[in-house]
Amino acid sequence: MRIEYFQLIDRIVDLNLADRKITCEATVPTASTIFEGHFPGYPLMPGVLLIEAMAQTSGWLVVAANRFERMAFLASVKEAKLRTFVLPGQALSITSHLEHEGSGYAVLNAKIRCDGKVVSDATLTLRILDFPNALVAEEMRKLADRIGLKAEARADG
Amino acid sequence: MSDTFEAIANIIAETCDIPRDSITAESHAINDLGIDSLDFLDIAFAIDKAFGIKLPLEQWTQEVSDGKATTDQYFVLKNLAARIDELVAAKGA
Repeated sequence: MRIEYFQLIDRIVDLNLADRKITCEATVPTASTIFEGHFPGYPLMPGVLLIEAMAQTSGWLVVAANRFERMAFLASVKEAKLRTFVLPGQALSITSHLEHEGSGYAVLNAKIRCDGKVVSDATLTLRILDFPNALVAEEMRKLADRIGLKAEARADG
Repeated sequence: MSDTFEAIANIIAETCDIPRDSITAESHAINDLGIDSLDFLDIAFAIDKAFGIKLPLEQWTQEVSDGKATTDQYFVLKNLAARIDELVAAKGA
């Protein structure tokens, strides 16, 4: 995780477009300026960043399902639950299932597990739009390479 | 009133917390009921699931932007119901 850069996914470990599922891994850093404020003397991974991690995982699934021709943007979060505190250094497994892809939007069910136990879950709606410009598209492709998005999922791969 | 209209009126009432009595076949989802684009995504999701279709929202939006259609054609509820009936019929054809 590179929290300060809002890159909350370390790697994609499983992408199954037939089953419309994805699994990502991420390790919460042991040190971050965020923990200096959240909270002083009691560092916790902020719940909103757990939701963002589920959104990014879901976004990669939608991007892959669209063969990297379009981008996903978080539109709504429903039934978000933050079940357990997540601490610096903990390894997370983040999964998402594409429940429905409509015209210009998708609805996904996401979960975060730590040591096999669900620590957070939510239903997310993402808007699916064209890349706003060539720079964003290129940067997203670079990031996809870094986190291991399979080439066969990509139209440009 | 058609079963399709009744179904979408109930979806809108439940999704957007709008009194069912205020929703008529002549209501314009945006102009009369004040439904915004984000709420309409929830409505579209519920309609897609209920009817087993995929409302072509992007196509409709593009047609309105290009001046090839009016919002009335897609967002007045009796017209929306008719579009849904067409999509359901096309799916079964």
